[in-house]
Amino acid sequence: MADFGYTVWILIVPFVTFIVLGLFGMKLKARISGLTGTLGLAIVTVLSYATAFRYFLGAGLADGIYQKIIAFNSTWLTLTDRLHIDMGVLLDPISVMMLVVISTVSFMVHIYSLGYMKGEKGFERYYSFLSLFTFSMMGLVVATNIFQMYIFWELVGISSYLLIGFYYSRPSAVAASKKAFIVTRFADMGFLIGILILSFTTKTFDFVTLTDLNGPAITSTGGAVFLGMSVMTWSMILIFVGGAGKSAMFPLHIWLPDAMEGPTPVSALIHAATMVVAGVYLVARMFPVYYFAAPEALQIIAWVGAFSSLFAAVIATTQTDIKRVLAYSTISQIGYMIFSLGVSGYGGPEGLGFMASNWHLFNHAMFKALLFLGAGSVIHAVHSNYMTEMGGLRKHLPITNITFLIACLTIAGLFPLSGFFSKDEILTAAFHHDKVLFAIEYLVAGLTAFYMFRLYFSIFHGHDRQYDHTPHESPATMTVPLIILAIGSVFSGLLPFNRLVTSDGAPFESHIEWSVAGPSLIIALTGIAIAWVMYRKENTLPDRLASTFKHSYKWAYNKFYIDELYLFITKKIIFRRISQPVAWFDRHIVDGTMNGIAWVTQTVSNRIKGLQSGQLQQYGFVFVTGAVALVLFFIYLIK
Amino acid sequence: MNILSCLVIIPLLTITGILLVKDARQARVVSAIGMGIQLITAFIIVFMYLSERKAGNTDQMLLMSSYEWFRSLNIYYTVGVDGISVAMIALTSIVVSAGVFASWEMEDLKKEFFISLMLLATGVFGFFISLDLFTMFLFYELAVIPMYILIGIWGSGPKEYAAMKLTLMLMGGSALLMIGLFGIYFNSAPDGGELTFNIIEISKITIPIQAQRWFFPLTFVGFGVLGALFPLHTWSPDGHSSAPTAVSMLHAGVLMKLGGYGCFRVAMFLMPEAANEMAWIFIILTTISVVYGAFGAIVQKDLKYINAYSSVSHCGLVLFAILMMNRTAMTGAVIQMVSHGLMTALFFALIGMIYGRTHTRIISEMGGLMKVIPFLGVAYVIAGLASLGLPGLSGFVAEMNIFFGSFEHPDTFHRVATIIAITSIVITAVYILRVIAILLLGPVRDPHYSEFNDARWYEKLSILALLTGIVYIGMIPSGLSGIIRDSIMPIVEKLM
Amino acid sequence: MNSGIPLEYYLIVATIMFFIGVYGFLTRRNLITILMSTELILNSVNINFLAFNRFLFPGKLDGHFFGLFVIAVAASEAAVAIAIIINIYRRFTSINVENVNELKY
Repeated sequence: MADFGYTVWILIVPFVTFIVLGLFGMKLKARISGLTGTLGLAIVTVLSYATAFRYFLGAGLADGIYQKIIAFNSTWLTLTDRLHIDMGVLLDPISVMMLVVISTVSFMVHIYSLGYMKGEKGFERYYSFLSLFTFSMMGLVVATNIFQMYIFWELVGISSYLLIGFYYSRPSAVAASKKAFIVTRFADMGFLIGILILSFTTKTFDFVTLTDLNGPAITSTGGAVFLGMSVMTWSMILIFVGGAGKSAMFPLHIWLPDAMEGPTPVSALIHAATMVVAGVYLVARMFPVYYFAAPEALQIIAWVGAFSSLFAAVIATTQTDIKRVLAYSTISQIGYMIFSLGVSGYGGPEGLGFMASNWHLFNHAMFKALLFLGAGSVIHAVHSNYMTEMGGLRKHLPITNITFLIACLTIAGLFPLSGFFSKDEILTAAFHHDKVLFAIEYLVAGLTAFYMFRLYFSIFHGHDRQYDHTPHESPATMTVPLIILAIGSVFSGLLPFNRLVTSDGAPFESHIEWSVAGPSLIIALTGIAIAWVMYRKENTLPDRLASTFKHSYKWAYNKFYIDELYLFITKKIIFRRISQPVAWFDRHIVDGTMNGIAWVTQTVSNRIKGLQSGQLQQYGFVFVTGAVALVLFFIYLIK
Repeated sequence: MNILSCLVIIPLLTITGILLVKDARQARVVSAIGMGIQLITAFIIVFMYLSERKAGNTDQMLLMSSYEWFRSLNIYYTVGVDGISVAMIALTSIVVSAGVFASWEMEDLKKEFFISLMLLATGVFGFFISLDLFTMFLFYELAVIPMYILIGIWGSGPKEYAAMKLTLMLMGGSALLMIGLFGIYFNSAPDGGELTFNIIEISKITIPIQAQRWFFPLTFVGFGVLGALFPLHTWSPDGHSSAPTAVSMLHAGVLMKLGGYGCFRVAMFLMPEAANEMAWIFIILTTISVVYGAFGAIVQKDLKYINAYSSVSHCGLVLFAILMMNRTAMTGAVIQMVSHGLMTALFFALIGMIYGRTHTRIISEMGGLMKVIPFLGVAYVIAGLASLGLPGLSGFVAEMNIFFGSFEHPDTFHRVATIIAITSIVITAVYILRVIAILLLGPVRDPHYSEFNDARWYEKLSILALLTGIVYIGMIPSGLSGIIRDSIMPIVEKLM
Repeated sequence: MNSGIPLEYYLIVATIMFFIGVYGFLTRRNLITILMSTELILNSVNINFLAFNRFLFPGKLDGHFFGLFVIAVAASEAAVAIAIIINIYRRFTSINVENVNELKY
């Protein structure tokens, strides 16, 4: 087996960049620090691509199956006698694929940011955080064990926190970053408890052992039963809670739309292409365990994914902030991926859903990053986030227009763009699994096409608005990444994922099932057509529709009041009903008891202090009487 | 002379030095030099300990020496260290040095302040190296008493009340402790023979179970008061908020660790049977402590109060882990002591520095400090992240050891307690981020803030000393954890 | 040597003196009188010392020594006490014991 030891540098380089920029960045010129960060990322990208080529073109193959290769592993901390946390690099099809995804998008974002963030205060801080993020994300995907994954999972969370709150003097950004961190942290608690239970049952953190078909995780299905489900199932559900938190699945999705407060390239990198798919990656990583040891959990995953995709798609049709539309679209697409894993089987063609999910992840990373970067380019040009303040930009931003259109067509799933292939495979997998879920996803496909083109037409078509100054196309540092990503999203559909990334590592044959793909194409075209009618030219149709379905529109526009619900729970329940009473209890009851003891002591001493009158003769009298009494006592009572 | 005794002698020599110099400005230099030497000594001891272990010495205690003190009562001055005491010594020396630098430009700077501080340090160091219960108790008292003077004179707010409350509650604990220690002493020779205060000697015999049932709770609660055991923790918020910066640092950073250290070194190590029997009561109390402290911290308005409640929560976790009585959890407890010591000292140092600039500690009266004092702001954020258990910083290592260790217990009671304790990490995130958001981020609240200076050299020195420890433990935990794991073994074996 | 007065007589005198002293000590308000009462108490003890020495251990002188010792102590005590009283007088312009009650709660 080939030596992949050098892959460690994929982690070391961004970490060093982070440290260097973090400690000394303030002394460097902004441009130098930006270039340092980008250079570091370039090295990472080269290494990732080299790894991917070597791995997929033979080095990873043995007996026609892609192997799991431990390129590096060393013990970081010994926990219990059996459990120890390792830090290492595990290469298998999905991790190598993720290396490519992350390095590509991250590299594009680094270049893009050179233009987008130009002149911002804290440029070096921005790049050092980006490096931290890349480091954490890379560490997450190459984790050799679930605990390493958890560690980098947290680090990814904190880099997300830091980047969302990049404009830290803006209160909304601060609130959004706080919300993102706390919601994901809450989910991570589930993840941690899940790991606790899992590691207790299986006595290992190691992915290779965990996903081994004869390993302790899969064979120990018996175990204790709690509330009708085995302990394994519970632990896998809890682990998925962690994944759902990071991947913004319902009902833990509320942080993602707010996270758009961060700089747009950050949204592209973290909140669209890479970090938010960590949940998908987690489930894919543990897939054999889910499939064999916790099928109920997999069922839950399928439903959560499907529901989230529908839910978010509905909300996306009503939002006016373009980044929020994209955020809900991200939730919806990730719902697709999660759902696809949920309906997948294991091994060969059975594992179609698994393959499709990863494929969609790959494609989605390309086109969603493209969409966000395109949106960034638009925002850069008009200094607004609201599509109501945009229109007719196609003349001013030709490159952005074309790349954005490509991305919209891709996400809508039009043949022969990449989105078509992966979506088709997902739908096929669903078709064979559950007809209800299948129907939901069909509907979502139509909604996706509709809201994406609503967005597209509102921004680039229609008539010009009053702009402060004429919008102009972005500089080359911004448009080049757009073009590269557009090429990526067009052609990534041609990659033979069925040969490369499969559930058991063995390639299998798959083909486009036109009986499924045909109707889905028609649905997508219908969605586009409706958007064309409603938003191509200014008209009153959208408003009339909105007033006809006033209530449902209002609910969707207000995101089904989930935010308010959370606010109620945090503000009213946790803050008012728990914390304040606890604080009060502490001050008045617990501390009151202590003060009470002091008070009793003081009062009693006040009462008896009169004995100490200062009258010498009174003391003498008491003394004499006492002495006499004692003498009498000893003489007459004790003999 | 034994090198361990240097730890007690150096602070005393420093006190002599301070008495000789003219004013407080010179006194602080003397203290800084003294504590610098102390720091070096501490690390020489760490190094000696490690090389001795590497050479294959498997005794429980190393570098031991013993001097007779009271023949008739068999009281000795016995010192010796294992991995746990070494860790605590390193922690203490870092925190004390940082404390001296943090009070470099204190208002109302007095020689006596440094004298009391050094006296406190003497007590703490002496406590950690003592192996004789009586000597240990003596040093314990020596550490508690100067606190009264330090808070009562140099404190802020209702300082007399706070000082009185703190001292009385700790003294109450000491009273229980003293009974407990004498109980141990008088049962230290159940088969006849000479009574002893020596911990190692006592650990070799079994104290009769009836006696253990009496004296274990007394000793545990006695030390527990100092370790902020619910419901005897209320000295902590008032005491910490009134104490001057350096004293808060030392108190939360080191003195509270005396409680945890004593709990397992004395109460559990010497009376394992009763510990096993009664652990459940204290597990319930500490679980409450952990969650309750965290919830209490959410609504506080004063920075120091937030930290005091957070300390209740974190120190609760220390006692919680100790009571889990297995190797991993107890290792976690010790790492948590070190980690919390560094982190909370850093917090209090920063709060002191921020207070020195804004003259308020109410968070809602401040805002946007990150822009004006970035060094302090970043340090505060890092301390906060360590506190909420971010990987790569010390808190995480400790918490993971604790949670995984606690979960080793196969019964429902321990597991439910563990899961309840785990919820604290979310609550911690809430209050830490709340403070960071209000205090540091957002728009600059007051135009006068632009006149603030960022950290001065002595402040930077103090902060960096603590930060280095936090990052080191977080990044490369295996060294510390390995030392502690080996040293915790005899205690765990006794408890099994 | 065998005079007719038995031991009991001495003891009775001493007891009466002692209680007169105690009574004076407790009831008199004037510090000088109190001092005098104390002298009475001391002297009653002296009588006891000498009487017991005489009757129980005629060959020894321990009781005499103690008697002399008590007289010496009483003398020095009187000196100190009067010094204190003078000071009290200067401060309170009175030697009434009821006025001297600073040392109380």
